[in-house]
Amino acid sequence: MATSSSGYSRMFCKLRKYANKSQSLYHIDSFNLKIRRIWTSGSKTQLQPKVNTKSLPQMVGVVGLEVHAQIQSTSKLFSGSHVRFLAPPNSLVSHFDASLPGTLPVLNRRCVEAAVLTGLALNCTINRKSLFDRKHYFYADMPAGYQITQQRVPIAVNGMLVYSHFEGRRRNQVVTKSVKIKQIQLEQDSGKSLHDDEQSQTLIDLNRAGVGLMELVMEPEMCCGEEAAAAVRELQLILQALGTCQANMAEGQLRVDANVSVHRPGEPLGVRTEVKNINSVRHLAKAIDYEIQRQMEVLQSAGKVLNETRAFDSKSGNTIPMRDKEGLQDYRFMPEPNLPPLFVYESKASVPAGVDPAQVVVIDRLSAQLPELPSVKRTRLVETYGILQEHSFTLVNEDGLMDYFENVVQTTKAEPRKVIGWVIKELMGNLNSQNLKVSQSPISPCALAELINLAESGHISSSTAKQVFQEMWKAPEKTVGQIVKEQDLWMINDKEELQKICRRIVDSHPEEVQIIRRGNKKVLNKLMGEVQRETKGRTDPVQVRAILEKMVS
Amino acid sequence: MESPTITASRSVSRRGEKRFHVEISKTGGGEVVAQGLPAWLSTLSAGPASARGPESASPQPPTRAAPNTAQTCRHLHSKVSQALRDGRVSATELCRKCIDQIQRTHYLNAFITITGETAMEQAQRADNRIRTGKPLGPLDGIPFSVKDNFCTENIKTTCASKMLKGYVPPFSATVVQKLLDQGAVLVGKTNLDEFAMGAGSTDGVFGPVRNPWSYTTLYREQSTEDPDSDWAISGGSSGGSAAAVAALSSFLALGSDTGGSTRNPGSLCGVVALKPTYGLLSRHGLIPLVNSMDVPGIMTRSVHDAATVLRILQGRDERDSTTVQAPSTPPSLPEHFDIRDICVGIPKEYHAPGLSTDTLAQWSRVAAMFEQAGARVQEVSLPHTQHSIVCYHVLCCCEVASNMARFDGLEYGHRSTIDSSTDAMYATTRHEGFNNVVRRRILSGNYFLLKSNYERYFVKAQQMRRLITEDLKNVFRSGIDVLLTPTTLSDAARYTDFIQEDNRTRSAQEDVFTQPVNMAGLPAVTVPTALSRRGLPISLQLIGQTLQDWKLLTVAHWMEQQVNFPMIHLHGDSDERKLDRSVRERTHTIGS
Repeated sequence: MATSSSGYSRMFCKLRKYANKSQSLYHIDSFNLKIRRIWTSGSKTQLQPKVNTKSLPQMVGVVGLEVHAQIQSTSKLFSGSHVRFLAPPNSLVSHFDASLPGTLPVLNRRCVEAAVLTGLALNCTINRKSLFDRKHYFYADMPAGYQITQQRVPIAVNGMLVYSHFEGRRRNQVVTKSVKIKQIQLEQDSGKSLHDDEQSQTLIDLNRAGVGLMELVMEPEMCCGEEAAAAVRELQLILQALGTCQANMAEGQLRVDANVSVHRPGEPLGVRTEVKNINSVRHLAKAIDYEIQRQMEVLQSAGKVLNETRAFDSKSGNTIPMRDKEGLQDYRFMPEPNLPPLFVYESKASVPAGVDPAQVVVIDRLSAQLPELPSVKRTRLVETYGILQEHSFTLVNEDGLMDYFENVVQTTKAEPRKVIGWVIKELMGNLNSQNLKVSQSPISPCALAELINLAESGHISSSTAKQVFQEMWKAPEKTVGQIVKEQDLWMINDKEELQKICRRIVDSHPEEVQIIRRGNKKVLNKLMGEVQRETKGRTDPVQVRAILEKMVS
Repeated sequence: MESPTITASRSVSRRGEKRFHVEISKTGGGEVVAQGLPAWLSTLSAGPASARGPESASPQPPTRAAPNTAQTCRHLHSKVSQALRDGRVSATELCRKCIDQIQRTHYLNAFITITGETAMEQAQRADNRIRTGKPLGPLDGIPFSVKDNFCTENIKTTCASKMLKGYVPPFSATVVQKLLDQGAVLVGKTNLDEFAMGAGSTDGVFGPVRNPWSYTTLYREQSTEDPDSDWAISGGSSGGSAAAVAALSSFLALGSDTGGSTRNPGSLCGVVALKPTYGLLSRHGLIPLVNSMDVPGIMTRSVHDAATVLRILQGRDERDSTTVQAPSTPPSLPEHFDIRDICVGIPKEYHAPGLSTDTLAQWSRVAAMFEQAGARVQEVSLPHTQHSIVCYHVLCCCEVASNMARFDGLEYGHRSTIDSSTDAMYATTRHEGFNNVVRRRILSGNYFLLKSNYERYFVKAQQMRRLITEDLKNVFRSGIDVLLTPTTLSDAARYTDFIQEDNRTRSAQEDVFTQPVNMAGLPAVTVPTALSRRGLPISLQLIGQTLQDWKLLTVAHWMEQQVNFPMIHLHGDSDERKLDRSVRERTHTIGS
């Protein structure tokens, strides 16, 4: 006992030290900001914490994920109650959800279809017959005293998730990896408990109780937070594309627990910890990297990693041991006797006689419904528009951005490669700084296309165009033409007027003219800048340069 | 375990042509053993068609207890429903009579809740429909009662447990709703063993149910003790429903049958009790005991009535995923059918130790009746049935442990005042709310389900369950139409004798003939055949093939017509009133 407690104090001391280190090591702020968009976080070698070892091979992290994805459906997994986020407490609770005695589960076909679609998109084998089990434990927000899940034979097994992240100094090298999906199982969500410590009472909201979940179990094949984060981000995109889960981690539609251990390659896996309470992708990366580092340091100092559940604390960036409510929990699994085996059929032809094909789940029918998946989208974008691969990631990562881009491309004569600059720099820059979604953009794809067309045709200069863009952002009710006209931004294409302006500048800068005439052509740029200032950028630099050169020669 | 055997037997198919059977059964299960009435049964069948064994010296035939009433109890509903339509009796009158009878036989403690007021309103509405010539069906205006483990909207549903005392469900069980939709009039909720765990209706929080037949003249004349100390149990767990039908306070009652809970009390109380095929009737709203075996049971005074009710209740329910489409059934049982087309199996393993001579005599008598009428009677073997009870014990406890987990005092039901922590509240709530029987089963079930025990208990029991089911399937595959067996070992025990053993022992003893059927999900019906020497009913069970409930009832109907079971006649009015008073005082102290 004495040794273990001293071990603890040593560990805590290390934790504090590590927390400080992590701040400086990872540039957490920039990491935070960018991971949501394109993968520009620190390189992997930076991320994989290094611990000095003398002669042994370096220790590495091993990460497996358990993802709970709330199925997007109008009603719950086994009851007809509606599913809605932020509804008044206990307003979406059927007799079954409250576990009134005598109620029975009735499986929601939509939830099964969602699991099958997800399984297909993740290259799983769909089990033609799967089973439901009861997992027992007492918890106030689990009214029946058990959860209906699929422990023995889940609906989908042996899948694979392919994901990519960026490496290299400029973060533009795409590295594609994959992780095996062990299984996808259907199960019930629990309700929510609100602990009121002051009045020492617990309030229960059963709105979420019985909502359908897909639990995806990934094999421990990842090595760091960045990989895990990239895998989860890809999973989010796939689920959203399928419409089977909204996959918003902050709203709890996607919950990710990480199983983390460290070992030396070639040796058996180390003791693992389970990290919970992670509510964003960037926190996932942070939590995993922190935990890997922590375990390495524990082992370095001859300590032992305990098999425990730890919670991620987003404020400190640390993981801390959870009060072990589950301890040595024996879930006493038992087959759910009220649900017959769940059958799904290969095709309409394989549905047995006497069964209405419209009432059962048919794989062929669902395969035909599979939408374009993110990886396919990205390839298509690169091939169709000739844009950079990293840009294709941005387009697909941001909800609605790809459609926006394609809309603009279709309504403008400009090269897609020019359009992508506008979309990624101007549009996304503005959206991000104001924390808006693509759908909330004040500038429609049409308006942007109009603007790009004006710049392309030489009616406004490209620097003016950027200025107009900001004006449009502020006054979305005005057309591009109105803004250009009101602010008098049309390009000065009249030769005589340009001559006059240039003459004025040349005359008012005799010293500079002298220097140029003596051979220092660089100073011409200063004169050009003066012209631009005078005309508020409404001139074509090529034309201006030609006129100026003539005048000073 | 038996070694694998291959038996080749020559059997005769129903059409009469010879057929060669090769039964390959690795387990040696389910086979026809011998043609004709087994010797052990036929030696007894020579006697008169009476329950009394050859050694009985009593000069009185059993029917003497209720002379000339035997015929009037047949097809009670259809007679009553015809009378209702003819205007010879009104639904309100009928309802009033049943409620009066419930009150008159209050000492039986058959009811937990009497729904007099709503019943009279329902009866009034039935009268209006009948008067305008628009009855909803054959049950319109017919009073019925329901075991208190079926949910009834706005009517207390207690499961005879402190845990659910005062619990009012917001919905009705599908089977209850179907009866209400047919215009049947709910007169009350009947007593049972707590959460249907028992075989005597002696272990509920409202006290034991008394067998109406122990208040007949025949029983009382033989008793030297007063009616309040010498009475027989009703059987269980649906004892209240059986007693309600037997004591004429309901025309039909719903029970539930998990290991025999409908057939056992039906048998001991001398009523017809049907356990339909698993999945034929919805369990939605039935508070479960063992989900994979529970079936709503039907108790009536005639097979014909049971068939009428079955026809109304059967069929798929979208709220119970384990229900199946009902096979098409004719409007009523055939009045004439040829019993010579039927092959009756007599399972030799049912000739079990403890079988009373009276019951054996009845078994033998009825088997002989079948044979004499031209049915083929064959001895068959169900070798695995002997393991049924122990397997049932494991499976039942496991499901009980799971099903009872929801009773935590949070959403509904009893909640302890101890609230120092959530866990403490759970523990005391459950300790206070459940009786010993329930708590023991929960504890055992959780033990069996532990990860380290699961294979050894639950999985083994499931494997044995399959073998038991296979035994029965094989027997039916070999050409048997129905099995004829005793329902219980003997007539109803005296309460004071019965409680000498604990609930677990009694359940194991009492369910021995009824339980294997639940393992296999088959339909079975018990039909009273005669009275024992003590003046208590003896019944026999017919077991049919899956979804062949109608055929089973057709055979049961034939049997019922042959056996001439007497009508109940409760002891004299004046005595009864006195008895009523003394008993009422006592049951009140038990019940509250």
